[in-house]
Amino acid sequence: MIRRLVGGMLKFVPLLAALALLVPSSAFAHVEQGQATGFFTGLQHPWSGLDHVLAMIAVGLWGAQLGNPAIWLLPITFPMVMSLGALMGLLGIALPGCEIGIALSAIILGTMVVGEVRPRMIVAALLVGIFAIFHGHAHGTELPAGQSGMLYSMGFVLATGCLHGIGIMLGLVHYWPAGKVIVRGAGALIAGMGITFLWRALI
Amino acid sequence: MNGTRGLRMASGLVAACVLLCTPSRAAAHLVTTGMGPVYDGIGHLLLTPEDLVPVFAIALYAGLRGVVSGRRTMFLLPLAWFIGGLAGSVMSITILFPLPVVSFLILGGLVAMDYRMSVNAITCLAIALGFVHGFMNGAVLRDGAGVAGLIGIISLLFILVTLVSALVVSQKKTWVRIAVRVVGSWIASTGILLFGWSMR
Repeated sequence: MIRRLVGGMLKFVPLLAALALLVPSSAFAHVEQGQATGFFTGLQHPWSGLDHVLAMIAVGLWGAQLGNPAIWLLPITFPMVMSLGALMGLLGIALPGCEIGIALSAIILGTMVVGEVRPRMIVAALLVGIFAIFHGHAHGTELPAGQSGMLYSMGFVLATGCLHGIGIMLGLVHYWPAGKVIVRGAGALIAGMGITFLWRALI
Repeated sequence: MNGTRGLRMASGLVAACVLLCTPSRAAAHLVTTGMGPVYDGIGHLLLTPEDLVPVFAIALYAGLRGVVSGRRTMFLLPLAWFIGGLAGSVMSITILFPLPVVSFLILGGLVAMDYRMSVNAITCLAIALGFVHGFMNGAVLRDGAGVAGLIGIISLLFILVTLVSALVVSQKKTWVRIAVRVVGSWIASTGILLFGWSMR
């Protein structure tokens, strides 16, 4: 299955190369300020916080463990609900205990991976969705002014999706017996890091 | 049945007219490539994500919904864009409504949900999208590349829609459809964020 998946992806390499040619490096010299930087700021932002990175990788790992349809449903749910959380942040709607919620997301999602917990699909989607609101709100309040909102948003969502993709790719080793242990170990690591995030948020 | 369809089309047209009549400041700018108006038009579309992403999204959606939808969108979207562009260049109405937000949300949501819609409804959607975005382009191109720029835009539109929808239609594997839906969710998410930015 993995071989077929990788083989299928390799077919798209020429297309990706062609698309890469369309990326204008001269955009840095564009006279209109904030366009290219907006995209790259958005692209960098989700990677800037370890708590956010680990939680999103945990979503991907858990999705890979749960298999179809969770493998695609959870990574679709997370960015969409996260955007709603960011919308709350942009509109100035307060969300108390945001940092605690983010730390809890790492702990609980990491625990789900460790235990290979298989709840009903709706429960898994709700759990991921609730935590996505906290992550989105934190990012929404941090969005910088003076840059292209359009390109920032695109970069931001794209980077979030890539993080899920990394989680799913790592989680695919789960189909091997040794990989199963590695994925569960990664979940334990994420949960452990979550505890340190929670400690920092509470102090 | 026909009455219901007519009512839907009429309500869609009314909604499109309301959107067009909402006054707003045009934030678009014309890209000058130095290679003539046709290339200016091509450059404008390539460097304007407000237009490019909805085109990409409707092409994905038409591809997801099958060959007939893809073919109709391939021809009618550029045509509607051209007519809208001509109308926009003649009339001096500028649209201030955050149109990209609506386009991103609706089209991204439809792709993400893989929503089953009739071929006629998809055709209407493509025509409405083309007309409204073309109208905005026309207002921008009026003082620059003009009709030649518009021809550059619709030429690129035709190529993009053909390639993207054909690529999606030709792929029968489940994971490809899933990947397309994931991209749709990203477009919708961007639309939600844009809504927040426009309200800020």
